[in-house]
Amino acid sequence: MLSVLLQVIRRDLLLAIRQKSDVVNTLFFFVVVVTMVPLGIGPEPALLRDVAAGVVWVAALLAAILSLPRLFANDYADGTLEQMLLSAEPLSLIVLGKALAHWLVTGLPLTLMAIVFGVLFDLDWNATAVLVASLALGTPVLSLIGSIGAALTLGLRGGGVLTSLLVLPLYIPVLIFGAGSVNAAISGVGITAYFLLLGAFLLFTAVLMPWAVAVALRISIE
Amino acid sequence: MSSVGISSRPGLMWFSSPQTFFPLAGRMTAWFFALAAVLAAGGLYIGFFVAPTDATQGESYRIIFIHVPAAWMSMFLYLMMAFWAAVGLIMNTRLSSMMASAIAPTGALMTVLALITGSLWGRPTWGTYWVWDARLTSELVLLFLYLGFLALQAAIDDPRRADKAGALLALVGVVNVPIIYFSVQWWNTLHQGSSVSLTRSPSMAATMLLGMLLMALAFWCYSIAAALHRVRSIVLEREKRAEWVRELSERELNAPRGLK
Repeated sequence: MLSVLLQVIRRDLLLAIRQKSDVVNTLFFFVVVVTMVPLGIGPEPALLRDVAAGVVWVAALLAAILSLPRLFANDYADGTLEQMLLSAEPLSLIVLGKALAHWLVTGLPLTLMAIVFGVLFDLDWNATAVLVASLALGTPVLSLIGSIGAALTLGLRGGGVLTSLLVLPLYIPVLIFGAGSVNAAISGVGITAYFLLLGAFLLFTAVLMPWAVAVALRISIE
Repeated sequence: MSSVGISSRPGLMWFSSPQTFFPLAGRMTAWFFALAAVLAAGGLYIGFFVAPTDATQGESYRIIFIHVPAAWMSMFLYLMMAFWAAVGLIMNTRLSSMMASAIAPTGALMTVLALITGSLWGRPTWGTYWVWDARLTSELVLLFLYLGFLALQAAIDDPRRADKAGALLALVGVVNVPIIYFSVQWWNTLHQGSSVSLTRSPSMAATMLLGMLLMALAFWCYSIAAALHRVRSIVLEREKRAEWVRELSERELNAPRGLK
């Protein structure tokens, strides 16, 4: 079981490394979107501090959405996905591996990049640490929830826009508690509850989503 | 308990065939539209002429006779849609999936109605069309969920795949709705003091309650009639190559000529 999971992760990581531009573009998109915000609302440090968490989190949501089509589209195009569906190994396990690999190449770089944004938006070290930690816990949930959108819209015209329409409303709880934890840290309120909830979302989606995505893939490929 | 009923008499599954359901739905549509009109006439009469003017909100409160039933229906129809979608996915009955697709536009309509009437009521009462209150925000998210369902089904050409993909999305949505609702509620209480309390319901005059109940029943009947009417169209579209649909359309074509 574990070896299948590792195999899938290894394969997807290898593909991502061979095609670096995909990974780099997502990260670049994230950076550019966040950079646009001070230009739009003005450079006052107090204002930027207030909106920092929300801006970084919304940009992370958009970057995650943007990278979703890559999750299954290439495997679908070259027929690998069909082989995965036919394989004797549980499909949900393969899906979990693909979602984890997706997080490693999109969510993790975004999380690390957030350290820089903490500095740019004049957050203190404590708030920056909370921002990074909330992204570390929340971005895997984005990959897991997003995979169902990617699976349902597989091979459809206008799939990318459609995916965001389906998935963004489902991201709301993660956004609320992810950005909320940073704002709580800034105003000195306890942050434990936020992280407990983010952790609960992660466990909930890690258990249920791969199974639902497996069903979605079978519907889409049938 | 015996299982003889299914073979000797038409049971519940008998109506899951589009052919037998189609004429029944036609008769029911007419009845429920008529019932909705009568109930709405009664409810609106009581709401506008009999119910007393509210002490604090004046006449503007009267929009609740439309707003509250619409809000109820918007949430209930999502559950109904997910229910039929689940039945369609589990039992593999085509008609259940068609029912889910037929309910979705009415549900979206109710959500839009609830949002518009709510903001029209909010303007004189709160002094603003929109506040980021937990209920308003979750109603807006509900609209997004409806639109996502409709958009996904519209994007898929193969009807069977559209049915199943939509069903799965509706089920994921149903699991998420309570999570989203409580998240939004908590987010709201943290960010702004509850300047507006929607939950504190003032004691309601009996006539107001009666008017609201009549309107709620009218909305129920309208939703049932609209969904059945739409499902009939979907049946015809999907089954257009079936023998019984061809016979039906031939009869419809010949009918006016026979009258001459």
